[in-house]
Amino acid sequence: MPETAMPETIEKISVTLKVNGKEYQRLVEPRMLLVEFLREELDLTGTHVGCDTTYCGACTVLMNGASVKSCTTFAVQADGAELLTVEGLAHNGELHPIQKAFGDAYGLQCGYCTPGLLISTYQLLEHNTSPNEKDIRKAIAGNTCRCTGYQNIFKAIQLAADNRKGA
Amino acid sequence: MADEKQNGKRWVGASLPRKEESRLLRGLGKFADDIKLREMLYLRFVRSPYAHARIVSVDTSAAEALPGVACVLTGAEIAAQTQPFIEIGPGPAQNIKDYPLAVTRARYQGEPVAAVVADSAALADDAAELVQVEYEALDPVMDAEDALTDKSILHEGAATNQVWNGVWEFGDVEQAFRDAAYVVNIDRMHFHRFSSTPLENNVVIGQWDPKDEHIYYQCNNSFPSFAVQFLSSHLGVPIDRIRVQTADIGGSFGIKITSYPQMAVCALASKKAGGRPVKWVESRSEHMVSSAHGNERTFRKTRVALDRDGVITAIDSHHIDDCGAYPRYEPLGCVIWSQVFPGVYRFKNARIDFTQAVTNKCPVGPNRGYSRMQHLWFLERVVDICAHQIGIPADEMRLKNYVRPEEFPYLTPNGCIYDSGNYPKMLEVGKKLIGWDDWKAKQAAARAEGRLIGIGIGTTLDSGTNNFGQSQIVNPYAPFSGNSQGANCKLDIYGEVVVAVGSCPQGQGHETTAAQVVADVLGIHPDKITVRTGFDTERNVHTGFSGTYASQFAVSGLSAVHGAAQKLKAEMKRLAGHVLETTEDDLEFGSGEQGPEVRAKSTGKSINYWGLANIVNVNSAVLPEEMYDVTLNCRYVWRAPFKVPDKERKYGQLTLTYASQLHIAVMEVDRETFIPKILDYVAVDDCGTVINPPIVEGQVYGATAHGIGAALMESCVYDEVGNMLTSTFSDYIPITAVNMPKVKYGHVCTPSPHSYSGAKGMGEGGAAPIHTISAALQDALYASGVFIHDSFNNADSIFRVLAKKEGGQLAELVKLEKRAQANGATK
Repeated sequence: MPETAMPETIEKISVTLKVNGKEYQRLVEPRMLLVEFLREELDLTGTHVGCDTTYCGACTVLMNGASVKSCTTFAVQADGAELLTVEGLAHNGELHPIQKAFGDAYGLQCGYCTPGLLISTYQLLEHNTSPNEKDIRKAIAGNTCRCTGYQNIFKAIQLAADNRKGA
Repeated sequence: MADEKQNGKRWVGASLPRKEESRLLRGLGKFADDIKLREMLYLRFVRSPYAHARIVSVDTSAAEALPGVACVLTGAEIAAQTQPFIEIGPGPAQNIKDYPLAVTRARYQGEPVAAVVADSAALADDAAELVQVEYEALDPVMDAEDALTDKSILHEGAATNQVWNGVWEFGDVEQAFRDAAYVVNIDRMHFHRFSSTPLENNVVIGQWDPKDEHIYYQCNNSFPSFAVQFLSSHLGVPIDRIRVQTADIGGSFGIKITSYPQMAVCALASKKAGGRPVKWVESRSEHMVSSAHGNERTFRKTRVALDRDGVITAIDSHHIDDCGAYPRYEPLGCVIWSQVFPGVYRFKNARIDFTQAVTNKCPVGPNRGYSRMQHLWFLERVVDICAHQIGIPADEMRLKNYVRPEEFPYLTPNGCIYDSGNYPKMLEVGKKLIGWDDWKAKQAAARAEGRLIGIGIGTTLDSGTNNFGQSQIVNPYAPFSGNSQGANCKLDIYGEVVVAVGSCPQGQGHETTAAQVVADVLGIHPDKITVRTGFDTERNVHTGFSGTYASQFAVSGLSAVHGAAQKLKAEMKRLAGHVLETTEDDLEFGSGEQGPEVRAKSTGKSINYWGLANIVNVNSAVLPEEMYDVTLNCRYVWRAPFKVPDKERKYGQLTLTYASQLHIAVMEVDRETFIPKILDYVAVDDCGTVINPPIVEGQVYGATAHGIGAALMESCVYDEVGNMLTSTFSDYIPITAVNMPKVKYGHVCTPSPHSYSGAKGMGEGGAAPIHTISAALQDALYASGVFIHDSFNNADSIFRVLAKKEGGQLAELVKLEKRAQANGATK
């Protein structure tokens, strides 16, 4: 237990970044997590918090093309970065093919884990156009879903990959 | 994807895409943590590091002095201005004093002791660190059987750790034991503590508004009509002044039923802070240590009587349930298991002595499969170990003992009525899907090589739509019985079809299935129907049972929706008959050029929904006086046709529908690493008439994952002094995509005679994988002298039993008595 009082002010740091193609600049406490930054500063509430410890992946976003868990990334670490969140997937109101595949394959129930899974799938298909079952399982090993038992998520990702190849 | 009616006729039964997806896929779901309100404050709890301790002092001065802190609340402060929460249990349990913050004593690690409220979540974190609590450690009680010795008492007022005890006895148990050919004695079995851990933690925004002295909640509680009953008496605020709203909920599995203590603290903190809204977002670790766990249960001194053919004739056993530090929803679990008293089996004689105790662990709450899964696991272990002991193959043993298809509706020894089912057919489908004979041959070959391979069957029940009258079996003064659900169906001013239900779904697709039901009644496309889900006390559709829990929406919820839609249709007919100058028999419903309409078959004249709604709502001078009762806004309350059970005999119809599940697993235990691995898995489900096949299939998979996770990976572990060792996901290890095997899904349909559509409630799934995996591991390890006596088995526990011979030894725990009557079996 700390015996001394907390400092009354914590110096804020400027963060400039691009999310879903739009640039933002905010002054934030250095301890602010990236997921808090997205949700509280930018009101992009599609990215969720499930475990706080990098296990569940509900907070997964793409940072400079690589998926990261935004609950264990500080906002200041994303200074200068380009991010993609679930809100940036649809284009002109049209669902992204990955989103469409998740809907078609009933790959979600409560939908809380879905934003993170969509981003992990996006990352997978960017690097592997023909994933096999093992690739798919590995790609979403860091995304916990409590509703679906993963079966329809496997189907959704396979469907998204197949549709992409067919397109 | 199929966006078509089933057989071209009905929307019910069609694989309709879910209406929920349009927002959830875009990250536009409306979850409780997404809400921000003007002047909102953030709450953090200060929690006890001790499992059992006297609270000597709480010093909040440093926290209160921190700029940005609005207020700090302590248990003593709350106790001075509130009543303790309602206790459901009778006798001494009535003297348990449960407040949302610990007052004089902390009774589990993580119990909230104080609450700090500040301008930001980070400030609240800082301030919580400054609250100084002095504790004096007390002896923790970490085991229910120890608790019953009353050496260290948790609740001084109750003067005992026993919350409840009762005996269920039916038939002639002793005569059956005298007549038995075989008697199997099992010393001890244990069903472990786990939680289905919804991915979204608990969230509460509470405001005690001084402008109107109402309390406003936006939250993700999954049984709000139960929560408000507890909150109203606790806070001394009339129920009509407590508004609860829920929107999208990120899973509950029952766990979010018991968030009312935190709801109380948010309201009281808001009051102290002058009416500013107070938001509490639970962290995962808080969820693990102090939301709710599933019930832990120990089965002692079980005796099983069997005839010479291996048919079970009687069971006698002592069951001890551990409800953690406060009973809360308990002791309802002490009766809820008896909904499935004989499981899927035909035995008529049984005596179960059931006791519940408090311990210094997180309070339990209803968790997917609530209270029935513990009992069903017990029965499945009994059937399975008896089969091994007598030498009857697992599948034959089930067939000898299953309730037979021709016996439905089946009256159980305790007065429950199993509506329909066909367990032998499910076994046949399951065996075919897994390739039973093929696996048997492979198993024999592998065993010859020294490999440990087992094949296990689990047959289980998912009883849905409770008769709350069973609460009177645990407390004769409980003022609850029956069950009901409300719904509203209306044409809005421009003719929009709007449906509201008193449920608060967490991914079960209620918007879709409710639309399917209404679409069939009105003869229109489900896309033309808006379904408002999520709970709102001010929507006025709920009853005292409303919420989403206990596998019942397809029965209670959709029956209410169906009733409301029919009521609306009847009003529309009266009005359209008048306008179109024809008889009601001459009218048909459908869609025309101007959208949904009602037509006169004889003349071809029609009026669309806008026309009908216009007359009633904004053009009412043209409405004839005899139709002034037509509102096109129809509330309907569906009631389950229950009677109050016989409290003395513990006898009566406790649930309306019984969905059934049969799973088969093939497992191997690695000889070197002791890791249990699933080689093949089948899940066969029967929930009667299916409203939306992919939605049902999805929930079967989900329940299967929860069960597999619980059987092999997920356990709430405490050390001997009450530290919870699995307080993060990294320690608890919820099942992941890498661990989850491929599931082969099978389906059998025996429509329920107890629901209008033939559907049965489903979703909980009876925890079939836990029973199935225990059976498969038993099959793999029986020859090694191991008894699978615990519902949780991982590499570590198998290593201890198999290699180190620590516990779980068949010869010590299970004794077979073979009597003279056993000779000359008929088969």
